[in-house]
Amino acid sequence: MHNLKERYGTVTVALSGELDHCNASKIRRQLDDLLADEDILRLCLDLSDLTFMDSSGIGVLLGRLRILEQRGGSLAVKNMSQPIAKLFHLTGLQRVIQVENDKTGGRL
Amino acid sequence: MQNQMEVIFSACPQNESFARVVIAAFAVQLNPTLPEMADIKTAVSEAVTNAIVHGYENKGGLVRLKAEYCDRRMLTVTVQDDGCGMEDVETAMQPFYSTGDGAERSGMGFCVMQTFMDAVDVVSKPGEGTTVTMRKYITGEVGLHRERMLDEIS
Repeated sequence: MHNLKERYGTVTVALSGELDHCNASKIRRQLDDLLADEDILRLCLDLSDLTFMDSSGIGVLLGRLRILEQRGGSLAVKNMSQPIAKLFHLTGLQRVIQVENDKTGGRL
Repeated sequence: MQNQMEVIFSACPQNESFARVVIAAFAVQLNPTLPEMADIKTAVSEAVTNAIVHGYENKGGLVRLKAEYCDRRMLTVTVQDDGCGMEDVETAMQPFYSTGDGAERSGMGFCVMQTFMDAVDVVSKPGEGTTVTMRKYITGEVGLHRERMLDEIS
């Protein structure tokens, strides 16, 4: 997980590898350490190098969204692979998590 | 041609990725498209995670992953545990249903399996474990090529 830039309360974090039940607690902990800084209102996750995600990852994203919304913030993702975009659309996540310029170009 | 495989592994989280690698190595023989392969790996990941987290309640046990195909088109995958089982399978399969143990579960595991595969059958009884059988029709790269040719002709 790499923090790419921090500016005016917006942090972009690049996730890499696989986000499944096995890795969920580690990634959750790292993100929560970051979000301990309450000045961060907007978190953007760059999923370019995330090679796999299942519903355990959905749980991680929804949990972070809840934390940010409680402080009036928001969560965004960008550069989703096609399989992760399919998971997003299936679960309706794109209605609550902003999707920026993903690789699929909006297609499934 | 008929082919089958069976792998038994410990119900620990590290083996979720192992199960995905195993099913991918077997399914590749059917020459699936990349999206089909992603669907299979995701569905198997959900079923194996359910066995570890819900079937064995993170206390360990053995998970059986079986797969077979008989006509190079229909892949059948079975994930079986000898864990606690479920009283009400129908309720457990509802979207967003979760045991509510506070672990940030999305409750979408069965929904993902049902969407990413063509058929999902769950047999479970309290104290007797759970067997999830999933089937997927593999279009394959050859099938896609044929569809594109037919599109061009028409």
